[in-house]
Amino acid sequence: MELLALGDNGWGDEMLRACAMTLAVSLCAIIFGLILAIPFVLMKLSNNKILKFIANFFTTVVRGIPELLIIYLFFFGSSAAIMFVASIFGHDGYIEINAFFIGAFCVGIICAAYSTEVLRGAVKAIPKGQIEASHAFGIRGKRLLFGIMIPQTLRIALPGIGNIWQLVLKDTALISVTGLVEIMRQTHVASGSTREPFLFLVTAGILYLLLTTFSNKLFIVAEKNYSKGFV
Amino acid sequence: MNLYLIYESFLQILKGLGASLEVIIISLILGLMLSVVIVMMRLANFFILNVTSKFFVFVIRGTPLLVQIYFIYYGLAQFTVIRESFVWLILKEPFWCGVLALTINTAAYTSEIIRSGLNSIVKGQIESATAFGMNKLQTFKRVLLPQAIRQSIPAYSNEIILMIKASSLVSIITIMEMTGIARKIISKTFSPIEVFIAAGIIYLALNYLVTIIFKKVEKKYTISY
Repeated sequence: MELLALGDNGWGDEMLRACAMTLAVSLCAIIFGLILAIPFVLMKLSNNKILKFIANFFTTVVRGIPELLIIYLFFFGSSAAIMFVASIFGHDGYIEINAFFIGAFCVGIICAAYSTEVLRGAVKAIPKGQIEASHAFGIRGKRLLFGIMIPQTLRIALPGIGNIWQLVLKDTALISVTGLVEIMRQTHVASGSTREPFLFLVTAGILYLLLTTFSNKLFIVAEKNYSKGFV
Repeated sequence: MNLYLIYESFLQILKGLGASLEVIIISLILGLMLSVVIVMMRLANFFILNVTSKFFVFVIRGTPLLVQIYFIYYGLAQFTVIRESFVWLILKEPFWCGVLALTINTAAYTSEIIRSGLNSIVKGQIESATAFGMNKLQTFKRVLLPQAIRQSIPAYSNEIILMIKASSLVSIITIMEMTGIARKIISKTFSPIEVFIAAGIIYLALNYLVTIIFKKVEKKYTISY
């Protein structure tokens, strides 16, 4: 237990910092993912066949390929791409891209593919009569979008977004392969230097459980709050 | 973009398909069996069994698979008691550690799928089964389980796809399946895009196959009421 003490003698504060890092990466990833999902939802709902195909291709590929491969692609691919650009400007040598940025980006892309499906379902769940009714009231364009469609979409999509959030939290564990010091990476380092992998893996498990359980509670409260007046 | 490299790595990654399929199929079969046990524990009239099964599902669903794999591969190996006992025969092999982790993982998710399938069955059926003189186990085996399985087919096909994707994680504990080979080629050639395309094609084809098969199965077993 001394190994988990806070301060210089134990790994407690390092583990907590790593936990904060996991949370930070997850938050950045889900925000990026949800924003990225919006154009894909619009493309999926549009009548243009090419746009529809692009969006379907994106969601199918990202959801059908292991997360680890996607992370490998961007982690190794991005530094190769940037080194290529740098070599044009006469800079030789290895350039490493910030692991936090790459991690949030990769998980964000994965999150975007899943969110696209959730948001599309939510938009479709809004009865068409409402749009017709708002047209009859003369509500069009931006006011229709921001006043009627988006608030309802978010309410319907909230449980789905909650599921995606759990997925994102757990997917960030995979970013440890890029060297970002989040929970998994810190666990690996700590168990390597203390030779107590069991203790630290149990700690990591508990930290993840706390994150998932606590955020699940938050989502349930939010769902209750936003479905007031609905059965 | 180097087309020849895509072809070359496609062939190399294909060699790992056998290992991937082995991991996936063994853990799916074991996981399905374990999940039925977990559901029965959950539904039993015995407090300790209920709590154990609930806790198991809670922990497995709340932690990343990577933690579970590391826990079995590194965490358990720490104790001399385990290293000297017969379980070490299984735990010393990375392959079986990976299979064990995936089995436990899929069992937890599948048990929730089966449970929601069971919940969708009308209570009247249980009552009529009792009226026909079936005991609890008979009712479960003959009335509830077959219907629950049919209800769960669509969700289970999703779980299989998730497992195909999850099987890539066992490459982290040195098993050379498709993702492991892909990683090796990437670090040798420094061309992640080509390798990604090659590996991606195989994974997508695998998932597509599962989707098609399950659509057929679904059609066969769903009756319209």
